[in-house]
Amino acid sequence: MKNYQSWGCYPKVDSNKQEVYHVYPDSFSFPESDKTDADAPSFLAYAQGRSYGDVCMNQDGILLDTQHLDHFIQYDKEKGILRCEAGVTFENILQLIIPHNWFLPVTPGTKYISVGGAIANDVHGKNHHKAGTFGRYVQKLELLRSNGERLICSPSENTELFNATIGGLGLTGLINWVEFSLKKIPGNKIEQETLRFNNLNEFFKLSDDSDKDWEYTVAWIDCLANGDDLGRGLFMRGNHCESKKKYKFKSSKLSVPFNVPGFLLNKYTVNAFNNVYFKRPVKQYAKINFDPFFYPLDAIAHWNRLYGKKGFMQYQCVIPKQHRETAIHEMLSIISASGQGSFLSVLKEFGDIKSPGLLSFPRQGTTLALDFPNRGKKTLELLDNLDAITLKYNGSVYPAKDARMSPQAFAQYYPNWNEFEKYIDPHFSSDFKRRVSGK
Amino acid sequence: MSNILILGATSAIAKQTTRLFAADEHNLYLVARNEEKLSSIKQDMLVRGATDVHYESLDIADDKQHEDLIQRATEAMGSIDTVLIAYGTLGDQKQCEENYKNTLDELQTNCLSVISLLTLLANQLEQQKSGTIAVISSPSGDRGRQSNYIYGTAKGALTIFLQGLRNRLAKSKVHVVTIKPGFVDTPMTRDFKKGLLWVGPEVISEGIYKAIKKKKETVYLPFFWRYIMLIIKLIPEKLFKHLSL
Ligand SMILES: Cc1cc2nc3c(=O)[nH]c(=O)nc-3n(C[C@H](O)[C@H](O)[C@H](O)COP(=O)(O)OP(=O)(O)OC[C@H]3O[C@@H](n4cnc5c(N)ncnc54)[C@H](O)[C@@H]3O)c2cc1C
Ligand SMILES: NC(=O)c1ccc[n+]([C@@H]2O[C@H](COP(=O)([O-])OP(=O)(O)OC[C@H]3O[C@@H](n4cnc5c(N)ncnc54)[C@H](OP(=O)(O)O)[C@@H]3O)[C@@H](O)[C@H]2O)c1
Repeated sequence: MKNYQSWGCYPKVDSNKQEVYHVYPDSFSFPESDKTDADAPSFLAYAQGRSYGDVCMNQDGILLDTQHLDHFIQYDKEKGILRCEAGVTFENILQLIIPHNWFLPVTPGTKYISVGGAIANDVHGKNHHKAGTFGRYVQKLELLRSNGERLICSPSENTELFNATIGGLGLTGLINWVEFSLKKIPGNKIEQETLRFNNLNEFFKLSDDSDKDWEYTVAWIDCLANGDDLGRGLFMRGNHCESKKKYKFKSSKLSVPFNVPGFLLNKYTVNAFNNVYFKRPVKQYAKINFDPFFYPLDAIAHWNRLYGKKGFMQYQCVIPKQHRETAIHEMLSIISASGQGSFLSVLKEFGDIKSPGLLSFPRQGTTLALDFPNRGKKTLELLDNLDAITLKYNGSVYPAKDARMSPQAFAQYYPNWNEFEKYIDPHFSSDFKRRVSGK
Repeated sequence: MSNILILGATSAIAKQTTRLFAADEHNLYLVARNEEKLSSIKQDMLVRGATDVHYESLDIADDKQHEDLIQRATEAMGSIDTVLIAYGTLGDQKQCEENYKNTLDELQTNCLSVISLLTLLANQLEQQKSGTIAVISSPSGDRGRQSNYIYGTAKGALTIFLQGLRNRLAKSKVHVVTIKPGFVDTPMTRDFKKGLLWVGPEVISEGIYKAIKKKKETVYLPFFWRYIMLIIKLIPEKLFKHLSL
């Protein structure tokens, strides 16, 4: 039995009670039920479960496990176009394309996600300011609807449904296969610069100065620092560059084999870690492999177990550019005062490149992402307070990382929801959808 | 570049192994029952670098088909250099205990049909004086246990057959490798509760690939199963018969 949890392991799912179908290429068809029956169980695709909250959960219904949709279909090595089934992972793709100097047009901070998941959450990466979201590179996809229809969707065919499916949280049907364009790179290495910043203003300046010449930018911040140190951190920027050696893929050797007792992760240990991490001597310039640059966390399998049995929550918001200084300052102040933050806190400037996705999260401004060990009510209250700030400044919160935002907050963050609802497959649903829309 | 015949090509373990071969630009001949799966596997292998991929849908347990099958594969590729036999069923031990017909079916699929194929293939490779025969057996064949001794009987007999064959073919430079995977998370074991000893098919496939390249005789995958089975084999029968294994 596979464990159908989300990455944050919150809310917890009883895998024994979860009904699951395995999807195979072509042959999959929805079970015959009375399709008009509103009580018929709903469906939702489940891929790598790398979403932190409940967008990948459907406890009242049936999960469609896409792990066997793992075949490549077509690969144009000259033009850099790949067609593959939706369960293929970014790791599989990199193994195939890196030797030919192609790269993913956009990648999140882990390579253990599927193409289907990348579309459903319209993922972004460290190059958002240059490249936008993954959905922009999708040329075509096949969508299987619960009435058995297989629809080819693209920017020119079934366009509305295509736009709804990009960032559509898995609710428009099952994506069967996807065709998308790759990015040409000079080689498999990254030239990286790491720069220390002592406060938020320094961060914004560094980021604005780097946007033009650096393809990838991101910052780690010390979310427990306060006073003069508030907003200190390390800024990392990188560009692809050549390499003389072929890249050898390794599977992660380190793994957290079981849940670590939650109390080990407290403000003292996190504070100590952050202090050491901030103050350690950093090499300002380095030429490194793409893997540790993009996927530092992938080096330790199941790192989420460090948060113990109760799991953890992530909060990722975006704040419009004109409010970024004030809003991020307010947020970091209350997080630091709460002492609840964790070592994985990330700050990045999104650019203004629009995605076709109707419901996509990224928009121009500053995005802040932080992990919080689940301490129950205390944590939920803190996240509500963060929401109050995001709402005040007209920002938004990322569904892929969420397990608790209120329906009211969601409605303000995603005004397109009413339009989007038209494209939802009547027999698809998720715990997330029921939570934020009440149906 | 060589010519590889994969029997049971839709098996999770076989598919991962074939992917490693595909990247080395070989010719492939894939056989299993499910045609749709075979056709998507074919595309996948071509993308990954296989030179040429043929497939056919066949009930391999039916030994009357074997001569024609091997002839078709040989003609399609020109010769057979390597064969990987991966098809199998776990069967229902309880049903086998109730009805000998079920036992016979299990033995036919997991042992007798494999022996039929190997009889033909061994002769062909022996004449050719080269080639590799890789067969997935199982540690379950190392000692009979109440929970699955029918499957164990089939795999145990297969293991012995392969030993003899290896001995016979050594002088013709035909390499025979017996593969014994431990607990692998595949459709075959979908409903089992998974613990620490379980691995994904991609782990096993790397072991198979290396065992073929390095001309190993018998491999337990992952390696620690050799020691687990050693201990299990050492338990005195007087005690063993009371264990619920
Ligand atoms: C360490 C880490 C770092 C991350 N960094 C980033 C980041 O930098 N940027 C970012 O944007 N995200 C990031 N994420 C989040 C992650 O990229 C997304 O949650 C992604 O969608 C997960 O993909 P998955 O394959 O695991 O899908 P799942 O989590 O299993 O599912 C996600 C959604 O996709 C839907 N879905 C999956 N397959 C299909 C299909 N075939 N058809 C229809 N719907 C489908 C599901 O129904 C669900 O709604 C990170 C996650 C982790 C764990
Ligand atoms: N999984 C484990 O833990 C484990 C452990 C030790 C040994 N093994 C052995 O490893 C091998 C591969 O198994 P797996 O785990 O990869 O399981 P799997 O994915 O279920 O593969 C079994 C394959 O056998 C094929 N098959 C069964 N009967 C067939 C028939 N009559 N004709 C043609 N094909 C047939 C099926 O293909 P079609 O449905 O397309 O016909 C199926 O793809 C088997 O020999 C198994 O006994 C497995």
